[in-house]
Amino acid sequence: MIFLYLTGFFAFLILALAAANAYFLWVAAGPSIAKTGFSFLTSSDWDPVQGLFGSLPFVYGTLVSSFLALLIATPFGLGISLFLTELAPMKFRDPVAFLVEILAAIPSVVYGLWGIFLLAPFMRVHVDPLLMKLGLPFFKGPSTGLSIFTASIILSIMILPTITAISREVFEAVPNSYRESARALGATSWETILLAVVKPSKVGVLGAIMLAMGRALGETMAVTMVIGNNPQITANLLAAGHSMASVIANEFSEANSDLHVSALAEIGLLLMVITLVLNIVANLLVWATATKFKK
Amino acid sequence: MDFQTRRLIIDRAMVFLCGAAAVIACIPLGSLLLYVLTQGLHRLDLTFFTHLPTPVGVDGGGMGNAILGTLTLILVASCVGLPVGIMAGIYLSEYGKKNQFAWMVRFTCDVLSGVPSIVTGIVVYTIVVRPMHSFSALAGGIALGFMMIPIVTRTTEELVKMVPHSIREASWALGIPQWQTILAIVVRTAKNGILTGVLLSVARIAGETAPLLFTAFNNQYWPSGLNQPTASLTVQVFTYAISPFKDWQDQAWTGALVLLMLVLSINLGAKLFFKNSRSLLR
Repeated sequence: MIFLYLTGFFAFLILALAAANAYFLWVAAGPSIAKTGFSFLTSSDWDPVQGLFGSLPFVYGTLVSSFLALLIATPFGLGISLFLTELAPMKFRDPVAFLVEILAAIPSVVYGLWGIFLLAPFMRVHVDPLLMKLGLPFFKGPSTGLSIFTASIILSIMILPTITAISREVFEAVPNSYRESARALGATSWETILLAVVKPSKVGVLGAIMLAMGRALGETMAVTMVIGNNPQITANLLAAGHSMASVIANEFSEANSDLHVSALAEIGLLLMVITLVLNIVANLLVWATATKFKK
Repeated sequence: MDFQTRRLIIDRAMVFLCGAAAVIACIPLGSLLLYVLTQGLHRLDLTFFTHLPTPVGVDGGGMGNAILGTLTLILVASCVGLPVGIMAGIYLSEYGKKNQFAWMVRFTCDVLSGVPSIVTGIVVYTIVVRPMHSFSALAGGIALGFMMIPIVTRTTEELVKMVPHSIREASWALGIPQWQTILAIVVRTAKNGILTGVLLSVARIAGETAPLLFTAFNNQYWPSGLNQPTASLTVQVFTYAISPFKDWQDQAWTGALVLLMLVLSINLGAKLFFKNSRSLLR
């Protein structure tokens, strides 16, 4: 009985931790919320020296880079997990899954280092000039390699394991009888995948994508190192941008005024609210599919 | 082209694309590992592990203090995160099969593990750094400990759950009370599994940078106490990577190599323990 309450107490601490997270973030952001009010969300001027705090460029940078990263990573992630669960010969499955796991284990600062010295120069010399030839407003020079686009590429590599691992879990939950029925009707491998695997688990896949999005939104170090850290809103993806997490990483320990610290905390609060909503919905979706097949 | 051949071609093409996705995903991984290895190796020697960083322009120097700092931070984080995580995990697995409270805890865990690490940094800054008026190893460790909790909880739960129910029933049949059954029988059987969870969470936090930037901060000297700012491998790699000096950039690669070896070997250790625990349970 005592042991029940003891372990229960520690379980309760987790709820308390979550509540404390929210509360202290709110407290830290308080002065900024009181001072800047609604303009914090709508203004795009960020000038701590003048006392101007508008978070729009950071929200923009975070959303655009994460969305782009998803666009790139989703086809790859789903392709890999389908390959692993449905297509690959048994002996390939574990090694490939292991490689993807390593991708997830690499610290983000190492990705950032690789991004600064390899990916960014590679983008500047090889990829960006090609994109500029397309003549689209999204790809305009001159390019330094440090851009929203480079950040998206590095993010897509980092969230690939998340999409792969979770969608793999979801696909594996699909009962084999589904696949057998499709096969019995004469479906090819790909048709079996579409009809019997992807279709019944699409809600879970959506959950996997949203969880990956949550990871991309909160990713700090690698993005900070390659996005260029310039708070501007531009359609040009090859220009330097900034993100919510990276402005906090860059300015928090050097902030001079209390208002500046508080404004950064408010960006953190904003970031947490966005990721929280995303995570809650995503977790519910993944849980719903996982339990659906158990019945 | 008739319908049947089109079906067949689409099928082959898509199967090929799925395989190609797996191959293409290995390219950045290969490039990264290769570069960290080749760039990192030529500064890797004993001085790197034993010496303090030197000012710009002075040759030599290492990250001894940062390596020690990372180990300190992991230790503090474990003191904060492990008791809560393991106990809560045991609760969820042994007492929380169906009740609402356990469901809430589980859900909170999943949500907490999605909170961006930099946000955890701000929270710890508010509750530890500000009252203490100083960045400190303690604050950094607490931040990392908070991040450990959801990971340890969920893995502990999963792995304690793997202990077959018959073992519990055998213990109850002998008249052993529930709490002793859990501690002496279930937890002992799941020992390797719990260790897997612990190692996985340590591997995760060892590579964290963002929450340390304004909790543990950085330090050019050997750590002198938990209430002092502390260097860490990750923050040091970050600082050196964005510096304009060639020598520091070289050291950043070496730091990254050491960091990578640390994280990957802990992960590998976790895998071995996991295999062990599974074969024990079968």
